[in-house]
Parts: sequence; C-alpha cells; structure tokens
Amino acid sequence: MADAATTPTDMRPATPGPRATAATADVALTPAERRAARAELRRNRLMAFLLVTPLLVFLTFAFIAPIATMLFRSVHSPAVAELIPATLERLSEWDGQGLPDTATRTAFASDLRTLFAERRSGRLGEEINRVLPGASSTIQGTARRLNAEDPDAVAASGAEMLSALNPAWDQPDIWRALQRAGQVYTDRFFLTALDLERTPEGAIQARTSARIYIDLYTKTLRMALTITVLTILLGYPLAFFLAQQPSGRANMLIIFVLLPFWTSLLVRTTAWIALLQTNGVVNSTLMAVGIIGEPLTLLYTEFATVLAMTHILLPFMVLPLYAVMKGIDPSYMRAAMSMGARPIRAWWSVYLPASLPGLSAGAMLVFIISVGYYITPALVGGTDGQMISNLIAFHMQQSNNWGLAAALGSLLLALILVIYFAFDRFVGASNIKLG
Amino acid sequence: MKRDWPAYFTFWHKLGALSLSWFSFVVLFFLILPILIIVPLSFNVEPFFSFTEGMLRLDPAAYSLRWYREILANPNWILAIQNSFMIGIAATVIATVLGTLAAVGMTSRYMPFKNLIMAVMLAPMIVPLIIMAAGMFFFYTRYNIAGTYIGIIMAHAALGIPFVMISVMATLSGFDRALYHAGLSMGATPVRAFMDITVPLIRPGVISGALFAFVTSFDEVVIVIFLAGPGQRTIPRQMFAGLREQINPTILAVATLLIFVSVLFLISLELLRRRSERLRGITET
Repeated sequence: MADAATTPTDMRPATPGPRATAATADVALTPAERRAARAELRRNRLMAFLLVTPLLVFLTFAFIAPIATMLFRSVHSPAVAELIPATLERLSEWDGQGLPDTATRTAFASDLRTLFAERRSGRLGEEINRVLPGASSTIQGTARRLNAEDPDAVAASGAEMLSALNPAWDQPDIWRALQRAGQVYTDRFFLTALDLERTPEGAIQARTSARIYIDLYTKTLRMALTITVLTILLGYPLAFFLAQQPSGRANMLIIFVLLPFWTSLLVRTTAWIALLQTNGVVNSTLMAVGIIGEPLTLLYTEFATVLAMTHILLPFMVLPLYAVMKGIDPSYMRAAMSMGARPIRAWWSVYLPASLPGLSAGAMLVFIISVGYYITPALVGGTDGQMISNLIAFHMQQSNNWGLAAALGSLLLALILVIYFAFDRFVGASNIKLG
Repeated sequence: MKRDWPAYFTFWHKLGALSLSWFSFVVLFFLILPILIIVPLSFNVEPFFSFTEGMLRLDPAAYSLRWYREILANPNWILAIQNSFMIGIAATVIATVLGTLAAVGMTSRYMPFKNLIMAVMLAPMIVPLIIMAAGMFFFYTRYNIAGTYIGIIMAHAALGIPFVMISVMATLSGFDRALYHAGLSMGATPVRAFMDITVPLIRPGVISGALFAFVTSFDEVVIVIFLAGPGQRTIPRQMFAGLREQINPTILAVATLLIFVSVLFLISLELLRRRSERLRGITET
C-alpha cells in the first residue's frame, strides 16, 4: 500500500533527497512534472507514516507516558505540600537559622491538628521520617495531644503548645525537614538513591549512615557480569560445537536450547527451587552418593540466584552465537590448521574475530537482561541474592516510598541505556539475531 | 564413536574435539535437565518437591494425578488460566494488528524518521520490566486503570510489539515487491493487491510474530504483580504467589502443563518456518 508505484519518481531505486532531484534534472522534466513527482513523494511518505501512526499513538500511552511519569515522579513530590500548604507558605520565608517565627509554628500546630482529625497526620509523619529519621513518632505524638486541645486555643498559642509537648519542636532540625519535604520539585530522592545527603547548610555530602544503594548497584553489576561470563564460558563452546554439526543433527540438538528458551521463566525458577531446596534433588543425590553428610544451604543465596539466572539466560547467549557461527565457513579454520596453526591459534586469529558479533550481541543481551532482573532473585535469592530491581519493588510495595523507587528506577534506566548505546556504538545492535 | 578425522589431525586435535563434544553435551543436559525433572515430580503422591523412595523404585502407588485434580478443584487456578488466555489473546491481537501495519510502513523506502521510530518501537525489549511496571503503576493509578484488565493488556501488547515488528519486517525483506507491483499493473487497487498478494505471502511471519507476542504475555509476571488486582491474577502470577507463600506440588503440575504448551509452540514455530521457506522458494538442503 505504501509503495504504490505509479509515478516517475518510483521508477528509480534512489531514495528521496538530493540524488532524486539530481536524477530528475537529468531527464529534463518540466516544472509541472517535477511538482507532480514531489507531490507523489510526499503522498508516499505520508502513507508510510500513517501506517506507523496507530502504533506510535498506542506506544505513547502504553509505554512512553508511563516511563515519563516515572522519571517525573523521581523529582516531583507534591504529597507534603498538599498536606500542610499554609505552613509551607510561611516556612518558605524562613532562612533555616534558629527557629521559624511564632506565627509559622502556630500555623503548623493548627495544620497538624486538622490533619490528625482527618487521619492524615500518619501520612505526614511517614513523609517527614524519610528526611529526618525518627520524626514520625514526634509528629504523631504531638498531633494526638494537640487533638485533645480546643482548636481556637491551638490557633492562638500553637507555638507554645508545640514546645510544651515535645522539645524537638524547639530544635531547627524538624523545621528544616518540613521545609525540605515540602519542596514539590526535589532532588532528595536522587540524593538518597546515590547515598548522598544534604548538610543543614544545604551542601551535598556522602551520607554518614549506611551506604546501601551504591553497594547494591555495584553488587547488581557484579552479579550481572558473573552471569555474563558464565554464559560465555558455557555457551561459546556449545554454540561452536552445534555449528560444526551436520544440519539435521544440529537442528535436533538445538531443541535442547530452544525448549528452555520457550519455557516459562516461572517454570524454570520452580525447577531450581525443586533442585536446590534443603531436601531437594541436589542435596538428596549428594547425600545418597555420600559426598556430603548434611544438606547444604543452596536455596535463598546469591549462589542460587547466579546459578538459576545463568541457566535461564544461557539460551540468550547460545542463540545469537549459533546464528553467527553457522555463517562462518568451516574451511577458514581448516585452512589455518592445514597450514600448521595449532587449534587454539587458529581459533584465536580466525574464528574468534569472525564470531565476535554473535559473542558481543549475546553478552549485551545477557548483561542488560540480568541487570534489570526481578523474578528469579525475588524467589531464590533470599536476602543476599537480591538485586536493584528487588529494592525498587520493595520501595514500591512495602515502604511506599514511590519517589525513591522512581529515582532508583531512573538510575537503572540510565545505566541500561548507557550500556546499550555503548554496545550499539561499538558493535551495532542490528547484529542481534535469535535464530 | 566412529568419525572421519581430517588427515592432519593429531592425537591432541582428536582429544580436543572429543572434549568439546563431551563438554557440549554436559551443557545441553544442564539446560534441559532442570526442566525435565519437574515432569516426574509433578506426579508425586506426597506433598513434596523431591523424589520419594517409592518414586525411585518406580512403585505405581508413589505416583498420582492428585496435583492435577487440585488445579481443577481450585477456583484461583481456573481464574488464572482464564485470565492468562484472555489477556494473552487480547494483547496479541493488538500487538499483531498494530505491529504488522507498522512493519509494512517501516519497510517502505519512503518512511521518514525510520531510525528514531524503530528505536522507540524496540525500546520495550531493553527497558527492564521492573521499570515498565513501576512507570505503568504510577501512570495507571493516576487514571484509575490500575487493577483492571485494560492496563495489563496495554502493557503486554507493548511488550509484544517488538517481536511482531521484527518477525514481520524479516518476512517483508524477503518478499519480492515485484509481485505486488505486478498485481497493481494488472489493475488491482493497492488495498486489493496488499490483501490478495502481500498478506498471504507474509502470513507465516505475522503468525510467528503473533505467537511470540502471545508467549511474551503468557509468561510475563512482573507487570502483573504491580498492576493486577486479585481478579486479574494470571498463571505466572499465581505461581509466583505459590512459590513465595506455600510451596506445594500443584505448582509443579502447572509447570508441567506449561512445558507441554511450550513444546506445542516450538513445534508450531518450526512448522511455520518451514512453510515460510517453502513459500519463498528456499528449499531445505
């Protein structure tokens, strides 16, 4: 449909652009003909574009908008601003030194009382606690006791009541925390995700408490690298072997790679749980043979995650390698060896360079997939086999810190894109073939 | 094993070749064994994930269909099976229709911004599922379609689109456009020529793309975990919950059925591949 060939422009294989114009000039078309040719070209381009449009519109809603929302959430946090708008408006004039003025503190006391009555003070406590650990109990305790007071009394002398209820309200820390958490556009989730924090003066420094997230990113990358190396060590010789086989035999053996590839991820993870658990197949076999006396702790470890993911991702290494290796003429290796090269030398200088596109495609697929993996670590990883995705899920589902989840997700996405573009730059992503 | 070694092969060459084949068989067994081991375990009469002594003695009393009956008796599994097929089919239809149209547009030499658009369309393949799930959760909650079928179907269709595009574009690249132009020259309208000439010839590519899309949706669990309410649980979601909460061999029985389903997929894909090669005039050598 898109390539209805009816006009002079279509007679040439040339792509639209300068070449087409030059060619048109060669045969000396009249201006009217040239105009018609250009109109035809425009119509063809429009037709092609219209065919793609429904998909683009669909992807805008189903994919682009959600990703954009996540990126936006990582810097946008309106929750606190919606809870205590009056306080924040006054706090914005405070310079962070000493205490905010009495009117501001009184306004906050009123806000807090109202929030408690609406059962929303817990939400505020949760948000402030992320900026200042421990603030939640201060806020909740104060709110409960303010609620017992007369609203007019709170509106009149809220500042004194706060001081009387909890000495924390006489410290600038909690007010700074309110001010920071009240920022609608904020970098605090990214700072937390990068294990940084702000000093009271506003300078950025390494967080003094535990370094969690950088360590987890490092660990995720290290595990992904281990898995990639293991799949290369297992997959390269296998693909090489398969590529040497006569095609009938190779087609039969490749089923051993394709069946796991097509089998549900959950099925394969289930299989590893059955194999690795305390009374599972591996332990019972080893004990029956007499190699070990006590069952080993295999499941719910980093070892289990790496092993199961190597098994799950191995087809992603073997299939692109095999697709490339099938196209390498075996006579190259034979020629090298017949001229006296040892097999290793022949492989290193002849076969490896030829198989490199498959190797790097497989390595990139395995690495990118494992960096973002969630299911297998969640099921077989226990506590020490968790990866960055699991922490994102934790902040989404358990701690409800969506801003931090979004910031961690944005960093992961950036990491994946860097890896992908580096790969595309050096190798070319179009080299990926899966069969 | 009798082999024809090349004349210049020394003892060490032969040893190397033999170790390569032994190593390869070990890797093949590593790939297939964990999957095959599930099948007998699912017939265990005991509620364990391991072989009982009776099973090892091949005692018929140690085997039973108990866990398969349990699937049928559990309304959660029945609902999950229905959901999986419902969501899978809906997502496949959307992905196949949109993906095929777009593939035709993308293979036209007049297509503007080809590389950019291609990158957007293939992006769902490299963006980690957890990120898509988080983004969709934020986005869909805002428009109240989290916890509905619509959200999951849209997400799964987006995941299936790259597979449909790749498959159909590969078929289109082997499609001889002269056939289509021949149809036009004999007076067919572009739509008629497309439907009567192009579509039958690219059908194997469309079907295998659709199969890929269906399997992608059928297997997907991360997005379902984040977006589905209890009413939209799918088979993998139900398995995930089972593996986390109480492990019981019903999961092995479901897994065995899923292995059977993937064997069916493999066979259909292979048949499609052969048919496609035949249609394009490539003969097996």
